[in-house]
Amino acid sequence: MSRIGVFVCWCGENIARTVDVVQVAEASLQFPGVKHAAHYKYMCSEPGQSLIRDKILADRLDGIVVASCSPHMHLKTFRGAAQAAGLNPYLVEIANIREHCSWVHQDKAKATAKAIDLVRMAVAKVRRNNALQAIKVPVTKRALIIGAGVAGIQAALDIADAGYEVVLVEREPSVGGKMAGLSETFPTMDCSQCILTPRMVDVGQHPRIKLYTCAEVESVDGYVGNFKATIRQKARFVDIKKCTGCGECWNACPQKKIASEFDYGMGNRRAIYIPFPQAVPARPAIDKQACLKLKKGVCGICAKKCAAGAINYADQDQLLEEPIGAIIVATGYQLYQISAQQPTAELSGYGEYGYGQYKDVIDALQFERLVSASGPTGGVIQRPSDGKEPKHVVFISCVGSRDNAKGISYCSKICCMYTAKHTMLYKHKVHDGQAHVFYMDIRSGGKNYDEFVRRAIEQDHARYYRGRVSKITEENGKLIVRGADTLAGTPVTIEADLVVLASAMRPATGSDDLARKLRIGYDQNGFLSESHPKLRPVETNSAGILICGACHAPKDIPESVAQASAAAGKVLVMFSHKEMQRDPEIAKINESTCSACFACVRTCPYQAAEKADVRDRAGNLVKRTARINQGLCMGCGTCVAVCPSKSADLEGFSDQQIYAMVESLL
Amino acid sequence: MHSDSSGLSALVNDCYQCGKCTAGCPLAAQMDIVPSQLVRLAQAGQVERATRAESIWLCVSCQTCTTRCPQSVDVAGVIDALREQSAQDGTVAKTQRRTAIFQQVFLDNIRRHGRLNELELVGAFKTQAFLKDLSIPLLMKDALLAPQMMKRDKLHFAGKPARDRQVVDRIFAKCAEAKV
Repeated sequence: MSRIGVFVCWCGENIARTVDVVQVAEASLQFPGVKHAAHYKYMCSEPGQSLIRDKILADRLDGIVVASCSPHMHLKTFRGAAQAAGLNPYLVEIANIREHCSWVHQDKAKATAKAIDLVRMAVAKVRRNNALQAIKVPVTKRALIIGAGVAGIQAALDIADAGYEVVLVEREPSVGGKMAGLSETFPTMDCSQCILTPRMVDVGQHPRIKLYTCAEVESVDGYVGNFKATIRQKARFVDIKKCTGCGECWNACPQKKIASEFDYGMGNRRAIYIPFPQAVPARPAIDKQACLKLKKGVCGICAKKCAAGAINYADQDQLLEEPIGAIIVATGYQLYQISAQQPTAELSGYGEYGYGQYKDVIDALQFERLVSASGPTGGVIQRPSDGKEPKHVVFISCVGSRDNAKGISYCSKICCMYTAKHTMLYKHKVHDGQAHVFYMDIRSGGKNYDEFVRRAIEQDHARYYRGRVSKITEENGKLIVRGADTLAGTPVTIEADLVVLASAMRPATGSDDLARKLRIGYDQNGFLSESHPKLRPVETNSAGILICGACHAPKDIPESVAQASAAAGKVLVMFSHKEMQRDPEIAKINESTCSACFACVRTCPYQAAEKADVRDRAGNLVKRTARINQGLCMGCGTCVAVCPSKSADLEGFSDQQIYAMVESLL
Repeated sequence: MHSDSSGLSALVNDCYQCGKCTAGCPLAAQMDIVPSQLVRLAQAGQVERATRAESIWLCVSCQTCTTRCPQSVDVAGVIDALREQSAQDGTVAKTQRRTAIFQQVFLDNIRRHGRLNELELVGAFKTQAFLKDLSIPLLMKDALLAPQMMKRDKLHFAGKPARDRQVVDRIFAKCAEAKV
């Protein structure tokens, strides 16, 4: 190859501020094989791309180098431009002179010299690029959705309504997630159940949604378009096909005082139970930790009561396999545990707020159950300790959130809104009651959100104090809340009957384990990582795996639903093609030199290197060799590094190309 | 932004004014300028206003503010620094001059003896305070308590010598070194 074009991008000022782009363009004309060099303010824009296209056609370029930002950002863009001009997209190389140069240096002369070197290397490489062809793989048009809260439900319905099959896996006995337990929702005050339960029913009855409850994803193998998911159907001890949901069993169960997970311990359930009356499926499950029959072999009343014969005490976990094309993770959140005891060493708790010690200090989700019509008190506000109606309720925001000393630096985003909602719900039920709110900032960005908060203050007379609370103590049945009003510059002490803590949102338990199983990233807080914060907000860095809802970051219902539909849209784009194209920059084994030591087979992290036989036409075994499964290989290059006979090489990153890059610098 | 190069501005830089220090301060209700506001003044480069506050002399250094601060700002340390600055600049609030004198006398006493010499402390405090405001009642105040306290071994004619003077000297030397 000898007709290379070099296109240097200014990136507005991002590159041009520290790198003399004109000099880079001029210098690259001197490199062997370079036919043309140009620079432009925004190479990724339409005029920039058309500059590239025109030059490819006019000068019959047979390879191009774009000196610009990271290939993560725009390699695809420039490959597209090349392809549009009839040049094989794999004859495009990026010299990253932004992240690797202009952004990290100050000295313009030195940065320019380095940028020239980076372009020199890219030119040396592109001269040895091969015109690769994209690999085509078939697509299994079934989606796996992990988590059936509001996000998972939305994504499942979107995909199923578009005509594709969905496998929906939920860990709890019912779909619905956290939203099913909420009272009313901001800023419109719709009843949460009224808007969610119809969707739950749709999910349960949809002919194209295969619903697994009491189930978790055990493992996922394969690759985009061709995953194989193994699902652990946990023992439920109730055959949900035989069961009619009549309720005879749970009404007869003698174990009455089991703290209900759905009510966050504010109410009780039996050992055989449905989490809430509107559950989908409306079928009970047996809690094996609480059931006398399963624990001690006595009782068995539920089986006797069940006319359908659905109770099966011998039920075992089962592993089921599902072929899948794309995966959406919607595992949601949990609340930060406020008490001193914490699940990880990075977090510490609030001993000073007495949560877990004083019965009338509760968290926000517990308050939701307390005001919910479906809650343990039927929506009557009674404080947990003595059932009295609280006349002064203190709400504290930012408990855990924005508290570096406790290990959470981020804002949980929804607490300002639901705290305002709580004060209104409280006032609507206890007319002579007074709500007090301690806050640091009111964050109410969103359609009709700030108006909502103002309504809580102006119409429902919630008293807002700008300051944190230092300590809560209990004296004569009253909670003494010591806070500050920083606007007035005074300490504030309130004798409260009930305290509600707006605890931080954290990713659901086990979401980090799941991320490792799926080989997708997560941040230091455990939230799953998107591929690009602006342009690829629901994609992960693993092809075919998407995320939505609060497993990604704290977010409210409207945002979770929007993101779920976005993820579903991405899946539908994938399913709209007969087959998928995969990047051909993967490993290749030279079978004639392979000595069949299988070091690559042992080290490949994706199980893409396989043992294979080479046979002649008569079918006689000639030799054994390693071979790469094109569907599985991710192009990491581990096999290239371990191969003792140098038989493994990476397309697009061959040894020859890398050596040429190094040599160009010498 | 941070033209104030004194160590104080670095100490208070992380504060986001949540007020948890004020909320937990047992003296805040009596203060003219509460702890979070003292930190705010330091952030805003208005240290002088803070050094004129009464409240810096009300602080009993219980460290509740520092302990509970979500941003790990050493609020008690900041107030300590303000007191020192105040004494140095002569900006001690009128009502708090005796407190400042007491603090200075107390520290000098420890520095000299390695531990407290009670009688000398009382003597030095009363003399210095008297020289400032010529208040006869102060000279006489609590004088009758002395015999009672001596009887109970709370007040000694001659202070007992410190066991390890060098340690105390080292502490003072280190403080002088680390002065902000």
